[in-house]
Amino acid sequence: MTGLRIKNLGLQYGSNVVLSDVAFPETPEGSLIGVLGPNGVGKSTLLRAMAGLGPYRGDIWLDDEPLRDMPMRRRAGLIGYLPQELPQRTTLVAYEAVVSACRAVRPDMATQAVEDATEETFERLGIRHLAFKALSTLSGGQRQMVGLAQIVVRRPTILLLDEPISALDLRWQIGVLDVVRTLTRQQRGHCFMALHDINIAMRYCDYIALFGDGKLLAFGPPLAAMTPDVLRQAYRIEGRIETCSRGKPFVVTDGVLADLPAY
Amino acid sequence: MTVMADPHGVSPPAARIPLAVGYRRFVFRRLFWLLVLGTALVLSVAINILTGPAGLDIESVIIGILNPSSLSVTERIIIWEVRLPYALMAVVVGACLGLAGAEMQTVLNNALASPSTLGVMYAATLGASLAIVFDLAGPLGVSENFVVPICAFVGAVASVLLILALSRTYGATVDTVVLFGIALVFALQALISLIQFVADSDSLQQIVFWTMGSLARSTWDKLMIISVVFAICLPSSIRHMWKMTSLRGGEGFALSFGVSVERLRLIVLLRVSVMTAVAVAFTGVIGFIGLVGPHIARLAFGEDHRFYLPGSALAGAFILSGASIASKSLVPGILIPDGIVTALIGIPLFLVLLLIQRRRSR
Repeated sequence: MTGLRIKNLGLQYGSNVVLSDVAFPETPEGSLIGVLGPNGVGKSTLLRAMAGLGPYRGDIWLDDEPLRDMPMRRRAGLIGYLPQELPQRTTLVAYEAVVSACRAVRPDMATQAVEDATEETFERLGIRHLAFKALSTLSGGQRQMVGLAQIVVRRPTILLLDEPISALDLRWQIGVLDVVRTLTRQQRGHCFMALHDINIAMRYCDYIALFGDGKLLAFGPPLAAMTPDVLRQAYRIEGRIETCSRGKPFVVTDGVLADLPAY
Repeated sequence: MTVMADPHGVSPPAARIPLAVGYRRFVFRRLFWLLVLGTALVLSVAINILTGPAGLDIESVIIGILNPSSLSVTERIIIWEVRLPYALMAVVVGACLGLAGAEMQTVLNNALASPSTLGVMYAATLGASLAIVFDLAGPLGVSENFVVPICAFVGAVASVLLILALSRTYGATVDTVVLFGIALVFALQALISLIQFVADSDSLQQIVFWTMGSLARSTWDKLMIISVVFAICLPSSIRHMWKMTSLRGGEGFALSFGVSVERLRLIVLLRVSVMTAVAVAFTGVIGFIGLVGPHIARLAFGEDHRFYLPGSALAGAFILSGASIASKSLVPGILIPDGIVTALIGIPLFLVLLLIQRRRSR
C-alpha cells in the first residue's frame, strides 16, 4: 500500500506559524484530494513539506517510513511534486526538458525506457505538437503542460500538484484533470492538488481538504467537507452548496462577509 | 488510457513518427555545428601558427613541425617555443573559460554570469598578484608555475564562496547575484590597484602585464598544467550534464526531480574556480570569453548540456584563438595584449548575440 500519512503536522514560513496540527485521515488508493483554502493559507508550504522539500514539525510517513529519513533519490522516485511556478523560458526544447527530468536522477534508466516514457507522456497530455518547440517560444499554459509532463514522466505514485491548471484555459483544465485522475487510479496512488476553483475541485476530487485560520477546517468527500459554515470560516464568503440538474454539487456565492480582513 | 485529444490533429496515430526519431534531427544538426566549430578551431590554430613577425612561409612551418631537426635553431625556437605553445594556449585557455562561463550561467541561472563579470577572474588576479609581490615561490621552494595558480585558485574560490554565501543570505535571485558580482569586481580592482601601489617596479610590471591578459608568455609547462586541469574537470562536467540540463527548467523543478541543487551549485562553482584560476594564472585577465562563448553555444546548440557545454568550450577556444591571431596581426610587429583584443571584440559581439536571442524568444 502506497500512502502518505500525516499526523500533527505544523508548518512555518519564516517565523510565522502557517498551519498547525494538520492530520489527514487515510484515503483509499487512487484518490484525488483537493487542497483548498484562501490565498496565503499555506497550501504551497504544505505541498512542499509533503514533497520533502520544506521544513515541518510533526510526522509525515510515506509507505510507513518517515519522510524525513528517506533518501532524496528514493523520495523523488515515489513523489512527483509540481511547483507552482512555470518552467523557465529557456532555449531548451520541450522534449529535452522532459527527457532531462528522467535522466538527471535516473542514470540507470535505459535510453529506450526514457524515450518510451517520454513518448507516452507527450501523447497522453496531448502536447506532441509542442515537443520540439523551445520553452521560450511557448505560452504560459503550454509551459505549464510541459512542467506537468516533467513530473508525470517518472510515473510517481504520489502526485503533489501545486495549482496545476492555473495557466490553462477551460478545455485544457478539464483535460489535465482527466489525465491526472486516470494516472492516479492506474498507479493506485494518491494525488494532492492545490486548487483555487472550488467547483472544479468539487467536481473532480474524491476528497476535499479545506484550510483556513491556520488549520485544517474540513476533510472529506466534497459534499461532506464543503458546508456554508466552513466556506464562511475559510473564505469569509456567504455561500450555498447546490446540486445541478445532473446531481453534481456546486457552490454558489452570495457575497463576502463584512469583516473581510486586510489583504 | 485517457489521452487528451490533440487539438491540432496533425496526423493519425499510425502515421506518426516517434518523438525520439524526430528529435534525432536536432541531434544531427547540433553534431554538424559542433563539427563546423571544431573545424573552424583547427583552421584558426593553423593560421595562428602560420602568423607572426618572423615571416616564415607555410612550407617551412609544416616541415618544421613534422621534422624539427631540419630547422635552424632560430626557426626551431620560433615554431616550437613561441608559436606552437602560443596557439595551443589560446585553445586551452579559451576552452576553460568557455566551459567555466557556461556552467556558471546555468548554476546561477543568469545569462550575465561569467568568470570576468562576477569577479572570479579578478579574485584570481588578486591571489596571483599577492603571490608575485610577496614572492611566495622563493621561500616555499617550488616553481612559480605552481604557486601563482594555487594562489589564484584560492582567490577564485574565496570569491565564489563569498557570492554563494551572500546570495544565500539575501536570496539568490538573478539581480542579487549580479549585483554582488559587480560590487566584487570593483572592490577587487581597488585591492589590485593597492597591491600595484606597494609593489616594487619589477613585480609591478609583472602585475600590469597580468591585468592586461596575454598569451605571450606561453610555455609547454604552462600549457600542460592547464590541459591537465581541463582534462580533470571535463569528466566531472560530463557527469553533471543531465542535472544541469534539468536545472534550466527552473530550480523548483530540478529540486522536485530529486536533484540536490545546492550541492550541485557548490561543486560546479568550485570546478569553475579551478578552471578560471589556472587559465588566468598564466595569462592574466582575459574577459568576455566566458561570457560570449556560452551565448554563441546557446544560439547554435540550445541548452541541452550534452551539446551546450562542449559547444561553449569550442566557442571559447575559437574566439580566443581568433583574438590571438588579431593581436598579432592588427599592428604588424606588435603583440597587443589578448585581454584588450577580446574585450574589444567581445563587447560588440555580446550585444549582437543578446539582441538575436531576444528576437528569437519573442
